[in-house]
Parts: sequence; C-alpha cells; structure tokens
Amino acid sequence: MNRIIQRFAELKARGETAFIPYITGGDPTLARTEEIILALAEAGSDVIELGVPFSDPVGDGPVIAEAALRALNGGATLDRILELVARVRRRTEVPILLFTYYNPVLVYGAPRFARDVAAAGADGALCVDLPAEEADEYKATLDAAGLCTVFLVAPTTTEERLDRIVAKCSGFVYYVSRLGVTGAREDLAADLREAVARIKRHTDKPVAVGFGISTPEQAAAVAGLADGVIVGSAIVRLIAQLGDTPETAEKVGEFAAMLVAAGKRRE
Amino acid sequence: MSGFDSSSETSRRHWPDARGRYGAFGGRFVPETLMYALDELERAYRESQSDPVFQAALADYQKHYTGRPTPLYFARRFTEHLGGAKVYFKREDLAHTGAHKINNALGQCLLAKRMGKRRVIAETGAGQHGVATATAAALLGLDCDVYMGTEDIERQKLNVFRMRLLGARVISVDSGSKTLKDAINEALRDWVASVGDTHYVLGTVHGPHPFPMICRDFQSVIGREAREQILDMEGCLPDVLIACVGGGSNAIGLFHEFLDEADVAMIGVEAGGTALTPGMHAARFAGGAFGMLHGALSYVLQDEYGQIGDTHSVSAGLDYASVGPEHAWLFQSGRVQYVYAMDQEALDAFQLCSRLEGILPALESAHALAHTTKLAPMLPRDKVIIVNMSGRGDKDVQQAMRFILPEEGDQP
Repeated sequence: MNRIIQRFAELKARGETAFIPYITGGDPTLARTEEIILALAEAGSDVIELGVPFSDPVGDGPVIAEAALRALNGGATLDRILELVARVRRRTEVPILLFTYYNPVLVYGAPRFARDVAAAGADGALCVDLPAEEADEYKATLDAAGLCTVFLVAPTTTEERLDRIVAKCSGFVYYVSRLGVTGAREDLAADLREAVARIKRHTDKPVAVGFGISTPEQAAAVAGLADGVIVGSAIVRLIAQLGDTPETAEKVGEFAAMLVAAGKRRE
Repeated sequence: MSGFDSSSETSRRHWPDARGRYGAFGGRFVPETLMYALDELERAYRESQSDPVFQAALADYQKHYTGRPTPLYFARRFTEHLGGAKVYFKREDLAHTGAHKINNALGQCLLAKRMGKRRVIAETGAGQHGVATATAAALLGLDCDVYMGTEDIERQKLNVFRMRLLGARVISVDSGSKTLKDAINEALRDWVASVGDTHYVLGTVHGPHPFPMICRDFQSVIGREAREQILDMEGCLPDVLIACVGGGSNAIGLFHEFLDEADVAMIGVEAGGTALTPGMHAARFAGGAFGMLHGALSYVLQDEYGQIGDTHSVSAGLDYASVGPEHAWLFQSGRVQYVYAMDQEALDAFQLCSRLEGILPALESAHALAHTTKLAPMLPRDKVIIVNMSGRGDKDVQQAMRFILPEEGDQP
C-alpha cells in the first residue's frame, strides 16, 4: 500500500492528526536536505513535503521562492533530488510527497516522471500550477505507478470544481487557506471548521491544511479541525537562518518536535 | 481537436477553444487560488462583449482619448531607399501614450470598472504597458500599482517617472533575472492575495486563459483599421505583414484580422539579442521548446530540466522567455513565419528610420523594421508590406545612446 495512504489510515485509527513539514530539496545543500529529512522523520513527521525547486515559483511567497533560488544555484535538479530520495529511502520509511511546479514535470515527461519518482521511493506528487482539469494524463500515469496525486483546494474554489478536484486527489486533499492573519484566531477557527466541513461533504479523503501555520499554538488550533497540519515557510525560514551547518538538521528536528507535540492532540 | 488541422475550413480567427487552447498551446495553468478569478474575468469579459453600452464607451474612448484610428502611412523615402516593395507603417506610435499598449490597457481597465474593482495592477518590461495602465487608471479613477524589474527600471527611467506622474506606484522587483518575467511573477503573487478588489491588467497575449484572448481582442483593432486603410490607399490587401514579437500583442493585433486571407503573408520578428546562445537572446522559436510559463503552454526558453532561461535583448519589451500561445500555434501550423533580428540590426534600423522618415521607432518596432530592410529589396515594387510601428522611440533614446556612436558628419 502507498505509504501516504497507509499513514493517514493509521492516524485515523489512533485519532491523530498528521504533521506535514515542507522543505525545499537542495536548501542549503542536497546533503543537508538528506539529514533534515531524517531529523524531521525522527521528530514524528507523518509526511515530508519535499520541494523540487523551480525558477519561477509564482505560487510561493518570498521565503520559499528564495529557498528555491538557493537550491537551484547550488545545483539541485530533479535527477539529483530523486537520487536524494533513493538514499533517504534506505534509512527511513517516512512518506515523501514531491512538491513542484508543472513545467519541470512537463519537460521531464509525465510517464518518465511517474516511473522515476516511484523507483526512487517517493510516494506522490503535487504540482502547484496544474489544475485538476488539465491533469488527466498526469493522474493516470501517477496512478499506474502507485503514486498519490495531491491537488489544492482554496477558499474561492466553487462547489462544482471541488467535486472535480477531490476526485483527482489521492492520499489527501490540500486545503490552502489565505485567512491566516494574526489576531484573528477565533474567526480563523470558525472559518476553517466550515471550510474543512465543506470539503468533507464532497469526499471522505483526509484533508490537510496549510495557511502559514508557524507556531505550536497555531498547529494545535488547526489539529482539532483537520486531518493534517502543513508547515512550510516557518521551517524553510529556520533553515535559511541556520544555514549550512552541522547543527542545522538537529535544530530543525527540535522545532518540528514542538510542532508535532502541539499538533498531534485532537481537541 | 477539431479545427486544428491547418487545411480545415474552420476559421483561424475563432480560437481559442472552451479550455483556452490554441491547438496544443495555451490553457490555464495557475495555482488554485487564481482559478476563481480567471473564471470571473472570463464571464465578465464575455458579458461585456455583448453589452452595447460597454462597447460604445470603449469605442468613444478609442476615438476621442486614444486618437484612433491611427494613420496608415506610406513610408516613401524608406521604400525608395530599400528599392523594392512599398512599405507602409501602421502608426501605433501615434496612439495616446505612444504605443499600442493603450488599446489593451484601456479595454481591461474599463472591464475592471465594470467588475467593480477599485484597483488594478500590471507588470511592465519596457514600461509602455505600465504607462498605458497608469494612464487608463488615472482616466477611470482606479488605484494602480505597476511591477517592474530593477534592471528594466534602470533601462527605462523616463517611463518610470511617467508612471509616477500619472499617480501609479512603481514597485521594483529584485528577484530572479530582475526583468519582465519576474515582474509577472510578482504581479501574480499580488493578485493571489488581492483578487477580491483588484484586477490584473496583463499586458500581452500571454498568461492563463482568458488573458491571451482578451488582449488579442482589444488589440485586433489595429488590423481592422489597417485592412480598411490599405484597401482605401492601394485598392488591395497587403502582401506581407511584419511585426515584432515579445509576448506578441502588437503582432497578433495586426495579424488577427488577416489570418483567413491566404494571400497575406505574415512575419513575426523576435529578438536575436547578441548571439543565439542561451541567455544572449529572446528568440523562442529559434531556441525554445514546448513548455509552460505563466499559465500557458507555449514555446519557452528553458534548460533540460524545465527551469526558465535568462534572456537578453537591447529592447526590454522583447526580453521575455516565452511567447503568446496563439503565436506558438500559428508557428506550428506554418501560418506565420517567425524570424529574428539581432540587437545591432535593430539599432541600425532605428537610425535608418529616424533619418529617412523623421520617425524614431521604439527599439521593439525597430526589430520589425530590421527584417523589412532585408525583405523589401527582394520583392517587386508592386508588392505591399505593412510594418506595425508598435511604439515610438523617445523612451529608448538613452538606451540607444549607449550603443550608437555619432558619425563624423554628425559632429557639430
């Protein structure tokens, strides 16, 4: 069984929420990314979202966009990131979801991408700028390779499109909320509860939420509302601050452990 | 794919299809957060097309504000100098703000008003689209922020100041290659967060559907006028249309009206830069490959991993790694021929046109003129070429000074 699907099934049985950290492959270096993945797994992460850097990441804010640029300047390529996944896979069974943009997949070729991603031991992929309507061939080839396909749902997604998107998702549905302003946690929780409930009316697949969650308190608040908590920029920012040092992985692991401790509990 | 076969009787002028595709190109490849905005825009645009009040307002502004129709001008001395086909200039440089960009900016800002948006944002390379959007925003009372790469800000200081005079905020973009593509990235990021009250006035026939269609429709007034004018002046359709192609809006604006006229040849001129090696040019059809950038499938300058390549051109307006999807389709089907002109050839044409006609062309338009200087002498004198003079060159004088040394006879 696919590791992502299996992990969500186990969590559901235990009544726990998934903790899903995002990191950019090759930032600060490919070797350091390998250590960071292991540290994140050790800290109790349920799925690692591993970014394949793209030169023009229109869906990302400055923190992750700059990480992508650092990784590309350091020589990170899809080939090298897949080699990295293969090395990591010999040391951990943590589920890995590749997070990328469509053009690198298009140029690599979807069938070749599916084959090589599966061979490396990753468990699925998410293309930020590939809408479900355009993803028939992509979905079919990843399905055939036993890989999960994750797509985004936004607050502005209509009911009609929601049906189409959740039908294309496997593993989980990624809800990207833009309502994460500070000082609005009460409203946020109410909105988020309704947003997740709306998606759940269309599917029984797990729903993970990413909206700029950066503290254990926020992780705990979201954990009560969704099946998974995604933390991206906060971790990438920490990696940028730490830089390429022997302690980087350990410290990222410590931060992740705090988020896991806060986020694992159901309300 | 019905209708994509180039031998089909289906008109080329009725594209894109319902998915925003031009054959294998185009589409709508954006993060989910933008899908609703694009649906809303497409709906509003289609409603506006059948709204006589909107169309009357657009026509009124085009006539009394932009100064349309722009003249079709027989370039007598340019023609005599080349010694071949008759060369006409479609004078978009005489449109208000000095380039064809106002056609699209005005149309989209009217659309933004109709949609109830209070703010518009735009990206700009050469600054012409930024100026056009700032102008239309001032006219219609909309707030306006323009994203511009720091390298382009340096190259186009005059236009930056013009935008500020018009009340727009110019936001410098220091990421990536610091040029047009990075400005588009930032504008898209802004729009993701501000879509409720903001319309993104994308400046060319690129981007996710429906932008290539909307921009083309607002620009195709160029070709409609040119057809009437050349029939009036020559009593026949032109033999060749020539236009420069960055994103490709001035070219599609001229070509679109004539796409079904089998006897009208069309040539798009890309920027050859300094050399056809990666990073030194912006000739997507010569050095690019099938890919997706900024929401549309097209030809893209990129590496083997699909990372977008750096580009170079002496003209900021042609300095872009991809090209409008409709052009990609017209290239693939063979309907339009695409060539390139080098930086130096464009600079030579810039000077030639200035001296022979008293018209300073934009460096972008000078690429079209450069190809005209090669083609016209090879054609008989009874053939007719229309070159799209897409913009005026005043904005480029400083840039040109860096490359053009005065000749002996010019010294005081």
